[in-house]
Amino acid sequence: MEIPYNVEERQDTGMFNAKLGIWLFLASEVMLFGGLFSAYVFLRMGDVTGTFISGSSELNVPLATLNTLVLISSSVTMIMSWVSLKLGEQKKFKQYLGSTLFLATVFLVVKYFEYTAKFHHGIFPDTSTFFAIYFTMTGLHMIHIIGGMVVIFYFLVPGSSMMNTESVRFTNRIEIVGLYWHFVDLVWIFLFPVLYLL
Amino acid sequence: MSGHTETHQEESFWRKYIFSIDHKIIGLQYGLTALVFLFFGFCLMMMMRWQLAYPEQPMPWFGWLFGESGIMLPEMYNSLGAMHGTIMIFLGVVPLAVGAFGNYFVPLQIGAPDMAFPKLNMASYWCYFAGGIVMMVGFFVPGGAANSGWTSYPPLADIATTGQTVWLFGMVLLITSSLLGSINTITTIIQLRAKGLTWMRLPFFVWAQLVTGFLLLLAFPPLEAAGVLQLMDRLLGTSFFLPSGLVVSGEILNVSGGGSPLLWQHMFWFLAHPEVYVLILPAMGIVAEVLANNTRKPLWGYKSIVYASTFLGFMSFIVWAHHMFMTGMGATISAFFQTTTMIISVPSVVILTAMFISLWGASIRYNSAMLFALGFLPMFGIGGLTGLPLGIAASDIHLHDTYYVIGHFHYVVAPGTIFALFAGIYYWFPKMTGKVLNETLGKIHFWLSMIFINGIFMPMFVQGLAGISRRLWDGGASYAHATETLWLNEVMSASAWLLGLAQIPFIYNLIKSMKSGEKAESNHWQATTLEWTDAPSPPLPHRNFEIIPEVYRGPYEYSVPSADKDFTPQSEA
Amino acid sequence: MSGHSVEDIKKSVKVYIGVFTALAVLTVVTVAASYLDLSFGESFFLALTIASIKGTLVAGYFMHLFTERTAILAVLGLTFFFLITIMFLPYMAFTDQAAI
Repeated sequence: MEIPYNVEERQDTGMFNAKLGIWLFLASEVMLFGGLFSAYVFLRMGDVTGTFISGSSELNVPLATLNTLVLISSSVTMIMSWVSLKLGEQKKFKQYLGSTLFLATVFLVVKYFEYTAKFHHGIFPDTSTFFAIYFTMTGLHMIHIIGGMVVIFYFLVPGSSMMNTESVRFTNRIEIVGLYWHFVDLVWIFLFPVLYLL
Repeated sequence: MSGHTETHQEESFWRKYIFSIDHKIIGLQYGLTALVFLFFGFCLMMMMRWQLAYPEQPMPWFGWLFGESGIMLPEMYNSLGAMHGTIMIFLGVVPLAVGAFGNYFVPLQIGAPDMAFPKLNMASYWCYFAGGIVMMVGFFVPGGAANSGWTSYPPLADIATTGQTVWLFGMVLLITSSLLGSINTITTIIQLRAKGLTWMRLPFFVWAQLVTGFLLLLAFPPLEAAGVLQLMDRLLGTSFFLPSGLVVSGEILNVSGGGSPLLWQHMFWFLAHPEVYVLILPAMGIVAEVLANNTRKPLWGYKSIVYASTFLGFMSFIVWAHHMFMTGMGATISAFFQTTTMIISVPSVVILTAMFISLWGASIRYNSAMLFALGFLPMFGIGGLTGLPLGIAASDIHLHDTYYVIGHFHYVVAPGTIFALFAGIYYWFPKMTGKVLNETLGKIHFWLSMIFINGIFMPMFVQGLAGISRRLWDGGASYAHATETLWLNEVMSASAWLLGLAQIPFIYNLIKSMKSGEKAESNHWQATTLEWTDAPSPPLPHRNFEIIPEVYRGPYEYSVPSADKDFTPQSEA
Repeated sequence: MSGHSVEDIKKSVKVYIGVFTALAVLTVVTVAASYLDLSFGESFFLALTIASIKGTLVAGYFMHLFTERTAILAVLGLTFFFLITIMFLPYMAFTDQAAI
């Protein structure tokens, strides 16, 4: 039995199921990162020895700025891939989605250099509470990036045949992935000033 | 997914019963697993009750579990306590109330062929199952299972034995399962309601599940975050929850410090207070269904119950720190939390009052389901009212961490929620299996359970007021001021074991009726809601209804004056 | 939004490019501002304001929240309220305690 409103919108709510589903998921993600930001605030208030200020001054701001720009660009290519799909330009869609995947890889590579530089200087999560929360939050964010990359890769290569068989459903799926990807970008937009600049 | 129903006939055993994506099979999987865990958690408690009644005496029959002496060591007692709480809440009651009943009956009551995301539903069950297994693994690691209480307060939990790490991994899996489940429930209720089923025509059970879904969705993630932080503390040596200069076994702990144990308490109770309403709301939903059906009249004040339950859900997010009055909280913030706590008791009372008034002037059918639902009302009332002194800082300071607290929340959850779940089992068993449960055995089960469960929890209020701490291994034998109330320990323990025996008629009834019970009609209780009026017993695999029904009226139109029978189905034009 | 026509979509592409430019500029601004000689309170306020503007742009345009359905906005409103709760109530509990 086909589940109703899997593809088409329900009249009175104006949504298809997955649209609501992903937003509910993102709402829970807001609370997940919200909990961590709350922990950050709480720990920073109890930080009498100034480890937060000295810790954040040791972070590499130029690299993080670069990464912010990379992530913002990947958000734009993500939405452009959805737009291309809407306009029926399948080749462009693949190019844009491919660039999103590429930019995400760049983000990870930069992150890798950042992390190894820290390890090289003997800085680990147990160095201070600041670095503990820094590694936890950026690490969790990185896991979200990797998760998103897996899904994007799926729609780029093995799952892309649906583009021709069920094009409306496929476009919906890309919209859903896009929402997730923008959310990951959104988290970084707050992580960046909070961890690196303050 | 194919549109043809015939293809489903050829499903293999594995696809049909194990890795099923049919919400009914998943609901049953949840139900059976949860019942097994409930029983297991209950067994842990029965062992603890031996130690409390007869401290440091070898346990008969099961003593071999604790080594040669047969005496339960304090570490073991702590493990059993922590695991009893964890298992009962996260592996027993919530999966039974939300996973089993929610999964099975929400789609049926709203006239949907399945949940909105069937595969996610399956993933949610298997996450829960894996979480349960991981929790059980804890018993076999060095140092035993988690022993820092179900609340896992650091710094104790940060430096506890390996079992705590296993507990945290288990929790992460269980939280993931709950999140997937709640996304599914909410989407299903909003998107898949049958034609004509407007918000004010939803059975209250569905409303309760919707509010519960939101509580799980928004309250659980901060605990997941906290769980990750505690894992970091334990595995990578960070000090999120460890203050500087912490002394363990006479030595200053070699960590960076600067963390705060209070941070955990905030993040934990941010979940764990809404969790209380996750436990109670589905129970209220079940009771509402059973009451309306067996009083043969509409539920009194349906709208006020609905509004009260949404308000209850909302308020439950801003009362959490009433668990923390003893942490040196200032007067201002404590006044805030006392106020919100008093406010949240109002909607609970609205719901309970409406249910009591529903009984007024009814010709009640006293079947087993109704008995359990009726039992729920005063039991939840006692549980709720004894909570008020705990919500006021002045009296909480005396009662905090005593057996009074244990009595209070067990009245809410055990004779409260679990009785409601029993009511749900007796009420919906004919729908799930097509067979009827034996009424006589059901009534024996109810009356014995009712007597013994009060025998366990009522004396706890006395002991608590006498000041006996809830965490003592010897049940207060070492307290001089407790001597007068110590005899109650034996009363409680005997009641607990007898309560265990009282479940035999229930288990026997389940198995016997499943095999050779009387066949149930499709609308066995002459109810009005869609699962009874429009689906066969059991409902059709993968699509529930022969024809998706349309809804023309509210959920509880019983004894409508001009109607030809005493119930008017929702789908009757 | 899925109901949009081809012209609408082409128009929205321009908006997306505009948003991207704004995000990039704001990123540079926030980094530059962090080098200014400001008190902690001032730089905190500045950084979070810029981050909030950026966040609103991403949520509003890329995630279409400005034109999204009421049900979704209601869910997010609720989430936002609880987010504020978990951010500020522990904070207030902390300050109240420290004053003892």
